[in-house]
Amino acid sequence: MKAKTYSVRIDRNRCKGCELCISVCPRQVLELSEDINPRGYHFTRVANPSNCIGCSNCSDMCPDTAIELREEMTRHA
Amino acid sequence: MRNRVLMNGNDAIGEGAIRAGCHAYFGYPITPQNELTAYMAKYMPEHGRVFIQAESEVAAINMVFGAVVTGKRAMTSSSSPGISLKQEGLSYLAAAELPAVIVNVQRGGPGLGNIAPSQADYFQATKGGGHGDYHLIVLAPNSVQEMHDFTINAFALADRYRNPVMILTDGRLGQMMEPLVLYKGPPPKSPPKPWSLTGARNRKPNHIRSLLLDVDALEERNLILQAKYKTILNELVGFDEYLTQDAQVLAIAYGSSARIAKGAVDQARAKGIKAGLLRPITLWPFPRARIRQLAAKVKGILVVEMSAGQMLEDVQLAVGERSPIAFEGRMGGAVPEASAVLTALQHLNKPTGKGARS
Amino acid sequence: MSTSRSRPKKADRIIYRRPLSLVDRPTHFCPGCGHGTAHKLIAETLDILKIREKTIGVAPVGCAVMAYHYLNCDISEAAHGRTPAVATGIKRCQPDRIVFSYQGDGDLAAIGMAETIHAANRGENITVVFVNNSVYGMTGGQMAPTTLNGQKTATSPCGRDSRSMGTPIRICELLNTLESPWHIERVALDGPAGIRKARKALLTAFKGQMEGKGYSLIEILSPCPVHMRLTPREAVRFIKEGMIPAFPLGVFRKEGKPVT
Repeated sequence: MKAKTYSVRIDRNRCKGCELCISVCPRQVLELSEDINPRGYHFTRVANPSNCIGCSNCSDMCPDTAIELREEMTRHA
Repeated sequence: MRNRVLMNGNDAIGEGAIRAGCHAYFGYPITPQNELTAYMAKYMPEHGRVFIQAESEVAAINMVFGAVVTGKRAMTSSSSPGISLKQEGLSYLAAAELPAVIVNVQRGGPGLGNIAPSQADYFQATKGGGHGDYHLIVLAPNSVQEMHDFTINAFALADRYRNPVMILTDGRLGQMMEPLVLYKGPPPKSPPKPWSLTGARNRKPNHIRSLLLDVDALEERNLILQAKYKTILNELVGFDEYLTQDAQVLAIAYGSSARIAKGAVDQARAKGIKAGLLRPITLWPFPRARIRQLAAKVKGILVVEMSAGQMLEDVQLAVGERSPIAFEGRMGGAVPEASAVLTALQHLNKPTGKGARS
Repeated sequence: MSTSRSRPKKADRIIYRRPLSLVDRPTHFCPGCGHGTAHKLIAETLDILKIREKTIGVAPVGCAVMAYHYLNCDISEAAHGRTPAVATGIKRCQPDRIVFSYQGDGDLAAIGMAETIHAANRGENITVVFVNNSVYGMTGGQMAPTTLNGQKTATSPCGRDSRSMGTPIRICELLNTLESPWHIERVALDGPAGIRKARKALLTAFKGQMEGKGYSLIEILSPCPVHMRLTPREAVRFIKEGMIPAFPLGVFRKEGKPVT
């Protein structure tokens, strides 16, 4: 039986830590990282990937196209 | 149309542009060049070309900018105050190395002035009225025939050097009617324009820009432009000489002033004065070298202009101390009279005639 | 892990990735700036309609003058405010290419107001993308024609005073008084729903141009966090609560007819 899961990938070097994605995620998938990227921004990280429902709020909202969103196909045992 | 026609100068420019393959014309009404705009309004659509009466002279020069980035030939025309409005656009065209033709049918100024002829935009045309280190190629016709011929050549030069070209004429030439032999040949061949914006199909995108925030990059750009202007200087200087072979007094004038000066030269010769005329055809590049040569052979030089003395300064720069220089000029739309030019030539010819203008 | 365009696993379905018409290059825009979003929406439009190779953009003075670094199509600069005139020249000479302009408040509604109105009035078959962020961004946050009453900017430090500084200009409504425009719409980057509407609006406009329908203008209310003096999240809220009441969203002109 196939179940849908989603993969959110954030390019930490493009992220400017604007937090707009975090503000529109309905499932607390994302949070701001404690680390900083080479440009000095606290970038967004995927904290709870399994919560993602693939709504694409984050990827639509991101001004820097730092977010790539995919629907994965996995098998359950 | 028959090959030899009677036409006014403004129309002759229009017909020249059409025959040169001008694809787009954008203009705005202003006297004394309205005939040209109206001519283009009538005939460009008939030839399947583009005509727009723009909302302003500023809009018109920027429509030219848009047209020429596509690789097509384009032209705009105006008169003194409208040309002032176009200066930013001219700087942008020169900076991006875009070919374009701009016609200035000069009128009395400064300010709103009047609609009589003038040559007081010489500084604006040749020293840049726009900002930055750039030059327009400036051509100065003095007959309806030349208005026509120089226009065709202007498109060729603009393409050859990737530079805007200005035809600097005046209200008198624009409105006068003379017989004209129309150009019969094909439009001057257009060079390939791989830089033009035609859509990035099978190639990397092209950008037309003059913004270079990096200082080294902008200086490099300027050096390239300066090298081009040097080339133009070496290749393009144009002038006409009349009875200069044995001349002892030399008139220097362009456009309408040159026709008056020529008449005065003839009258002077009739009185036994060895007068001659040098008529610059390219105001930029200016025929400095030839003027310097002639200055060494003559008793005196008379510059004739419809201005307070603008080309006069380029003559002074070229001549230096080699010869006394006198000036016969009128302003505000007034036209020098042949009799006044003759008197000045006679004065120069006298053994003690100084006449040097400080 | 940094991924720009990582290879999908066999059964993955891409829901969203950077459009091809967007150059793979980090932008210089401030965090939360709406230009990044507007650029990506235009790039998506070029991808979806498959018109990248025949599109020419005009990018004038303003934060968006760098559009040629980010949009992967032919682009021309334009002098400040002259953008619709340049676009007119390009389109009239190449009517089968797609021509769009990308303009901010100053370019479109201040120095370029005449060009804006007259290109619309001639019904030029171009698409004007108007990014309204209520300030002049590039030059340091000065007052714009679209600055709200009472809004503090670098040149209205006590707040825009309508007695001496005018009041916000509504471009969509202004152009809607003309007969010639084909499509006029105002959208806002005030959240995912707004962004999706903006995406649809751009598709409508560009598709209309492809079909020779005429002049389209899409006004996009956009955040400028730095000069709005707000965080990106607050800037989005400012669009919702401050800008939209002053600049109502919606379609003003559809299929060439005013929408009542």
